[in-house]
Amino acid sequence: MILLLLLIPFVAGITAFFIRHDFARRVILVSAALLHFCITVSFYFKRPGPLWDGWLMLDAPGLLFLSITSLLFLMASLYAVNYLRRDKQHRGDADTDDFFFKTKPEALFTACLLFFLTTMSIVTVTQHLGILWVAMEATTLASAPLIYYHRSHHSLEATWKYLLICSVGIALALLGNLLLVMACPMDVTGPIPLLINEFVANGTSLQPQWLRMAFIFFIVGYGTKMGLAPMHTWLPDAHSEAPSFVSALLSGALLNCAFLGILRIHQICIAAGEAAFSQELLRVFGMISIFFAAVFIIGQKDYKRMLAYSSVEHMGILALGVGIGGEAVFASMFHAVNHSLTKGMLFLVAGNILMAYGSRITDSVSGVLKRLTFSGILWIAGFFAITGTPPSGLFVSEFLILKTAFAEGRYVTSALYLILLAVIFAGMALVFLNMAQGDSKKHNHPENIFLRERLLSIIPPAILCLITFILGLYVPDFLNKMLTDVAKCFGG
Amino acid sequence: MNWYILINIILPFVLAPFLFGVINRTKAFFAGRRGQPLLQLYYDLFKLFRKGSVYSVTTTWIFRIAPFAVFSSIVCVILIMPCGALVSPIGFRGDILLFIYFLAMARFFTVAAALDTGSSFEGMGASREVQFAALTEPAFILCMAALACETHSFSLSTIFSRLSFASWSGEGAVLLLVAVSLMIVLLAENSRVPVDDPNTHLELTMIHEVMVLDYSGPDLGFILYGAALKLWIIGSLVVGVALPVNTGNFFLDRFIFLGGMVLLAVIIGIIESVMARFRFLKIPQVLILASALSILALILQVRF
Amino acid sequence: MDNFRDLLIVLLMLINLMLLASSRIRYCIKIVAFQGLIVGLVPIFAAENGIGIGIILTALCVIAVKCVLLPILLQRSQIIADVRREVDPFVGYTASIFIGIAALVISFWISTRLPQMEKQVSHIAAPAAIFTVLSGLFIIMSRKIALTQVLGYLVFENGIYLFGGAMLLENGFIIELGILLDVFVLVFVMGIAVFHISQEFNHIDTDRLSQLGDWNAELPEEIKK
Repeated sequence: MILLLLLIPFVAGITAFFIRHDFARRVILVSAALLHFCITVSFYFKRPGPLWDGWLMLDAPGLLFLSITSLLFLMASLYAVNYLRRDKQHRGDADTDDFFFKTKPEALFTACLLFFLTTMSIVTVTQHLGILWVAMEATTLASAPLIYYHRSHHSLEATWKYLLICSVGIALALLGNLLLVMACPMDVTGPIPLLINEFVANGTSLQPQWLRMAFIFFIVGYGTKMGLAPMHTWLPDAHSEAPSFVSALLSGALLNCAFLGILRIHQICIAAGEAAFSQELLRVFGMISIFFAAVFIIGQKDYKRMLAYSSVEHMGILALGVGIGGEAVFASMFHAVNHSLTKGMLFLVAGNILMAYGSRITDSVSGVLKRLTFSGILWIAGFFAITGTPPSGLFVSEFLILKTAFAEGRYVTSALYLILLAVIFAGMALVFLNMAQGDSKKHNHPENIFLRERLLSIIPPAILCLITFILGLYVPDFLNKMLTDVAKCFGG
Repeated sequence: MNWYILINIILPFVLAPFLFGVINRTKAFFAGRRGQPLLQLYYDLFKLFRKGSVYSVTTTWIFRIAPFAVFSSIVCVILIMPCGALVSPIGFRGDILLFIYFLAMARFFTVAAALDTGSSFEGMGASREVQFAALTEPAFILCMAALACETHSFSLSTIFSRLSFASWSGEGAVLLLVAVSLMIVLLAENSRVPVDDPNTHLELTMIHEVMVLDYSGPDLGFILYGAALKLWIIGSLVVGVALPVNTGNFFLDRFIFLGGMVLLAVIIGIIESVMARFRFLKIPQVLILASALSILALILQVRF
Repeated sequence: MDNFRDLLIVLLMLINLMLLASSRIRYCIKIVAFQGLIVGLVPIFAAENGIGIGIILTALCVIAVKCVLLPILLQRSQIIADVRREVDPFVGYTASIFIGIAALVISFWISTRLPQMEKQVSHIAAPAAIFTVLSGLFIIMSRKIALTQVLGYLVFENGIYLFGGAMLLENGFIIELGILLDVFVLVFVMGIAVFHISQEFNHIDTDRLSQLGDWNAELPEEIKK
């Protein structure tokens, strides 16, 4: 089943690359996403067995992150159909003459989208640190063409930064892998299996010095990809330049996958009795990220960048939660789910607004509520959700983290955390509310062709929004059980 | 003191100008010319020493004593220089530094005399000479330091008598780095081609040659002879590192050493034939690279 | 054999210094290719319990990719983008060499601080690997031309690979292949990006790529959708 899960998007991607008919290609995209989602759901009923000597094995954390990815991808692909159709009307359909081959841009784009799903799925299902690394690097490669979709100066700049910074970061994580192998006891002969289970089982025999070094490299390496400050610099550029549903995927799925990479090593550190060290690092990076996000959200002029910085903030919260430990780990996992859904939804709505207004500058957008009623409502709802206002799931998780921090006696951390969240709330409120309200006729926009809201561009974010708010009020048993399982793995 | 130590002094004085002949012959061969006689520099020196000197009226006593100061410091160097593995007449702990500073003193007097003429060209040459020397000296000192660590000795004579082919098989990397670095130092110190061109008389590109433009007669002779001796001195370091033969047979050793010197002259000739002068901006980089090589050698030597 | 191996590793370090000092891109590509060759050979020398077929295959793949394929790809990009030399880097070449020397000293210092290692190819392998990693990073940071940054990344990657090879870490054939494939595709994608940059800006200086940011937010009013 795992193989099927990986093969479906991969084969669909290859097919999509060669199909010249637009409609067929979009059908393939959505059906692959749907199939992927169905298989993922089926894993809840029957967990698949390990494959290839346990190289591929779906454990609780893997399943959690896989489900997030799969759900988000399904929504994004539905949204993408509409987006690509509109975009084509807008731009025409010329073949581009590329470095080595001629392609239809949309064919390449769809193929990369599906490869992106494949690589992210590999990240979630593998237990082998080497494969994890290879897949993580592959996500960068598959998503770089997605960011360059608009083919403008700016998207080129964003793509270049993304490629270079993330590749260097991930190469550092490779160094982390090597250091982890160095931490193995010397008497082992032959290749050391880089399986997480093995490491966890033999945790106490690892040499602590090497393990600590390895963790530092991992947190810097995968942290670059995850968007932890100060390695986050690629993130606002890439998120603001990519098509909106790609930003949703980057922010909701990709960052989580990178986080999973860090968590895996954290798991090993816990087994080796080095939990205090890794938790401290996670806390530090978490706080720095929240701080950076707060500084840059205030007075942000570009609403997609603001959403990107909000992702930095939430990644910081995730790391902080795991760093605090105990109950907070559970909260952190719950936060990951909620953040992905909410942020995905917000980026999709932002895409609608961008299409209608033709600008990412917050000042030139006003009166969304009047002009795009449904998007406007979702935008406001999203604002309340992302800032952690009570009925949303994010409130529950953020509050739980705060509670645990107090319970553990980390008063300074808690105070800083609260203050920064308040600052971010204020900064975001200004942007969101200004955009939603006001006079929609204030700015005279030449291109009103996209004014009507399509069903396909409203339903996906609406579904995501609904789930977020439901999760805030009621957590289903299966999810609760799984989150507890996951939290157990990471010291909760 | 054994009689054969005198060879240390006699060989350089007799044979140093011959190296220039070999270099010129090699260059001529590559250019397809017949070239000067091998002994041309001897004829030149002989001619110059018979002539009288002409002094510019703007110069002072500094200008007049400079050639003798240069020559005598080089003679001092020769007294502490071993000739291959053959110990030098005067050798003591720490003479590796004294040796480098004698060469520096020679440079100081050349530069001072060049400034003394008040000519802007010579001033420019002096400025360049000092700039490059500032980069060459670290490389030189670090090379000697690496060799000193290698052989656990601070005296030139002991360093070179302790080097052997066995040290090449043990510490090949270090010796190779030192040899390459010394070779760059040799080319820079003796104003050979990739750094400076001894044949050019275009003021804009000259370094060493421009500083001695105003000398004539015996003064010029001393300067030319000194330059030849300097080539011999640094060359014998390179040969001592690259070909550390110590068979025990006195004549065989000396013979191989001389062969090495001639070979070195041929190599210099080849380098001058196949390479162009570096741009001025490039020269500091090459010299720093030489320092980098010797630092690497020193690190490898000290740490392992 | 021991001496020869050390010599190779010293050569590797010298290549780093030369890269820091040289501005001609074609020459840089060549010496990076040569570095790839050395890096590929190290595991063969490192094999202590006999040279197995796996080791030879890995080495062959590494050499094929790092020494043949990637340089060809980069050279192609270089010809298409028509850049010959990096004229004006952020850090000049002389300063670069000084920093290289500092990095050299630092990496030897770091390697003395590392915990005890029993298994390793050569005592200078660890500092050489660290030095290569540092110089790769420095090249990425200090150069403006996109192609040179890619070269810097390759050097960086070589350093990491050397670290693995020198510490006798065997990842297994499949993982090595995966890593190689990733690096290859990465350079391929970067090659395409370099091509687009050269098309968009008529040259491939990445300092033109500085319009995105938070402080100089001169975002275009009209953004194409």
